[in-house]
Amino acid sequence: MKRSIGIAIALSLALVSGCGSSDDTSSSSSSSTTSAPAGKITVFAAASLKKTFTELADQLKADNPGAEVVFSLAGSSDLVAQLVQGAPADVFASADAANMTKATDAGLVAGSPVNFATNTLTIVVPPGNPKHVSSFADLANEGTQLVVCAPQVPCGSATRKVEGATGTKLAPVSEESSVTDVLNKVTSGQADAGVVYVTDAASAGDKVTAIAFPESAKAVNTYPIAVLKDAGNPTLAQKFVALVTGDKGKAVLANAGFAAP
Amino acid sequence: MFVILPLVAMLGEVEWSRFGALITSESSVAALKLSLKTATASTIVCIVLGVPMAAVLARSSFRGLSVLRSLILLPLVLPPVVGGIALLYTFGRKGLLGSELEMLGIRIAFSTTAVVLAQAFVALPFLVVSLEGAMRTAGQRFEAVAATLGARPTTVLRRVTLPLVLPGLLSGAVLAFARSLGEFGATLTFAGSLEGVTRTLPLEIYLQREADADAAVALSLVLVVVAVVIVVAVRGRGSAGTL
Repeated sequence: MKRSIGIAIALSLALVSGCGSSDDTSSSSSSSTTSAPAGKITVFAAASLKKTFTELADQLKADNPGAEVVFSLAGSSDLVAQLVQGAPADVFASADAANMTKATDAGLVAGSPVNFATNTLTIVVPPGNPKHVSSFADLANEGTQLVVCAPQVPCGSATRKVEGATGTKLAPVSEESSVTDVLNKVTSGQADAGVVYVTDAASAGDKVTAIAFPESAKAVNTYPIAVLKDAGNPTLAQKFVALVTGDKGKAVLANAGFAAP
Repeated sequence: MFVILPLVAMLGEVEWSRFGALITSESSVAALKLSLKTATASTIVCIVLGVPMAAVLARSSFRGLSVLRSLILLPLVLPPVVGGIALLYTFGRKGLLGSELEMLGIRIAFSTTAVVLAQAFVALPFLVVSLEGAMRTAGQRFEAVAATLGARPTTVLRRVTLPLVLPGLLSGAVLAFARSLGEFGATLTFAGSLEGVTRTLPLEIYLQREADADAAVALSLVLVVVAVVIVVAVRGRGSAGTL
């Protein structure tokens, strides 16, 4: 019985930590011990940072031979919940200030978080814009099947904010729990229009047409990053944060559609 | 231990002082009602489609029968989200049948119908497996005897076959209902999520988790209770039904 509990706990720990664990004995695996072994860090990052952070991690590995970066990519609120439950990680990058605040309130963050990027909302429609959407107010038009994020998730609360600021009352046919689901409903042709982040629209390429609207300035999402208190490798973690907030990071993020904070 | 421990752990997380308020909030009640409604509807769909399927699987023998059985059981082993994607490209607006349905004025996307379709898709194998087993166990001897005694095929079906396989059909239907009630992946992918229309209880739990973890735990407990009731009901039926 005890054994099976142990296995169950080990399993759940493996699940919580994403796909890897940040143990301190990571240097044992490094075959090329030319310089000081750089070790391994685990980065908990919002799913929307997948592409940019993978690119930056490659840069970090090139700059620090022997360095290893393991990612756990999920919704920011999921990540915070895992961190609060004791998931081992070195760096946390959130897609909104609210979830970073949860982490700081729980005493998980070393120092103070740094804002490194912002993201704004945009309208996406299928290529060719069959419903002729040209403004945020057009989304409320009858016969336009609109999909947005639910108000409980960051992109949904941002959409709500714009609704309030513009006085437009939207009647979506679905309120999705993630921005990816909204995007998929538009790319698959299910919905006539969706509200997503600029970076999501950029990643979808020519499968969607993005329609920028000036009111998006009313709801700007800020991305903070921080080294965690329980980091197993604070030196490398600090290097990664410096890379993200530095010139290289700015260039990569701008390339993906993020704006500077 | 592996099954019980997480449930006990969840029980410890429930905020009992707010429990009543959490599970009777407007969105929770809407989700629960929708879940019960759609699960009932999809169970009926499963019975209508599943009974003939089970009869074919149990009573006929032709080349390709095992392939057919594997195909019917496919949703059982498929991740629900894959089922949802498959449904999307079949009944979605740009799907295989989407444009035809659109012409007939039927729009499935983002409707309660889509939820029922998704649930029936994943729940159907449960009913078919359960009923086919019952039909095989019952055998055809009694039917043959009834037929030689001059009973018409419809009479045989009504008076002999149905009473024999009824326990199997019932437990199959209950399992299908339970699976429909818990459906998440296919619904989220195919039907969307809107309060009172497509947001069933599992989707509500998933969403509440983002904002109010206590509400998610409380609602999860409701689903656990429903599941326990169902399992007990099936076990009761099962032992009563064995000969």
